[in-house]
Amino acid sequence: MNQLAGYKRLDPDGQPSYLEPRYRSTVNRAPKQPLVHLPHTLSEITGPMFDWSDVRRDAFDLTKQHVGEPIGERIIVSGQVRDEDGSPMPNTLVEIWQANAAGRYRHKVDNHDAPIDANFTGHGQTLTDAEGRYRFVTIKPGAYPWHNHPNAWRPAHIHFSIFGPSFCTRLVTQMYFPGDPLMPYDPMFCSVPNQEARNRLISTFDWETTIPDIAIAYRFDIILRGREKTPADSDLLAGETP
Amino acid sequence: MRLLATASQTVGPYLHLGLTWNTTECIASSAIAGEHVTVQGRIVDGTGEPVVDALLEVWQANSFGKYAHPEDVQDMPLEPGFKGFGRIPTNDQGEFRFTTIKPGAVPGRDGIQAPHLLISIFMRGLLKRLVTRMYFPDDDRNGRDEVLESIPNDRRTTIIAKKLSNRELLWNVVLQGDSETVFFDC
Repeated sequence: MNQLAGYKRLDPDGQPSYLEPRYRSTVNRAPKQPLVHLPHTLSEITGPMFDWSDVRRDAFDLTKQHVGEPIGERIIVSGQVRDEDGSPMPNTLVEIWQANAAGRYRHKVDNHDAPIDANFTGHGQTLTDAEGRYRFVTIKPGAYPWHNHPNAWRPAHIHFSIFGPSFCTRLVTQMYFPGDPLMPYDPMFCSVPNQEARNRLISTFDWETTIPDIAIAYRFDIILRGREKTPADSDLLAGETP
Repeated sequence: MRLLATASQTVGPYLHLGLTWNTTECIASSAIAGEHVTVQGRIVDGTGEPVVDALLEVWQANSFGKYAHPEDVQDMPLEPGFKGFGRIPTNDQGEFRFTTIKPGAVPGRDGIQAPHLLISIFMRGLLKRLVTRMYFPDDDRNGRDEVLESIPNDRRTTIIAKKLSNRELLWNVVLQGDSETVFFDC
């Protein structure tokens, strides 16, 4: 059991801090005591596994959950889930949720004065295929105001939740859209210190996966934490060095 | 080559829309072997207010100390119907409640770890998840657990549940303040 490889520690520059005063809700919720280092034991290296008995095959299509078609711009969102070493992450659960085209969530605490769409709930799930690829059909979400600061608006985004192969790889993030003028003013988007890491949260327009006459497409690739080498791997590598 | 890991972002206030389809408050049905317990508690923020929009995820081994995962190669039984995963939103009082079995001891890096649950916590105002563990009361193995031992003495009790009765445990999560729960850098 001592031979199990842990996961690489995340680069702090590529991740937000808990305390981000520009995002007011963090102030009373961010831990104040220093975090305690957790070794990666069997508990952390394992994690929940999901399969098609957990997920409906048609849950990838958010435009087909009601009698009619939702209002808005129909889009494809697809991508590949890999780890930091580039290995595809197959059979992993990907969950999304989002506002409708008018920027309204179908949720009891959303009181934004914009219409609910009876034909759009705004959540979907799928599993990645053998190459780590996923695909959703949805509509482009609208921007919406929030009350973080005067005239605060969230850029259009889709929430993503991904498990990966272990407890360590669990990730919740948000996907943004290219060219959205609200991003530089958004404390959540701006909470990621490293500019390149921040920009990786922006999907790219993707001709390849568009469907002519039906929908344009965006690509959003997701990178989960990579593995440390096991002591056995290191010995092997050392042995191979001429 | 090391690709840049995707940055975390908050679940926001509308997390239920995307995540509660898979709510699992019963982690172990009565058919699963082991000591069945109910765990209940409350999450409070730095002002003492209950957190009504949080979500807990639980990951645990079965009562034999075996994880339902291909990398657990211990020669111990797996149980059909036991995934070891729970997902529990807090209610409008900031409370959560789930039923499960006490897991067995699992191997650590250096010896055996005391029975524990791994917990991820998500909520509006958390730009990345909080990671903690919940240990079980009155277990001698807690005194020899490498993770518990790495925690300053006066904070260890924040991640050991309290016994309400034989089958009921209480474990509160405090985000800030004197009794702040221990959170891990995972």
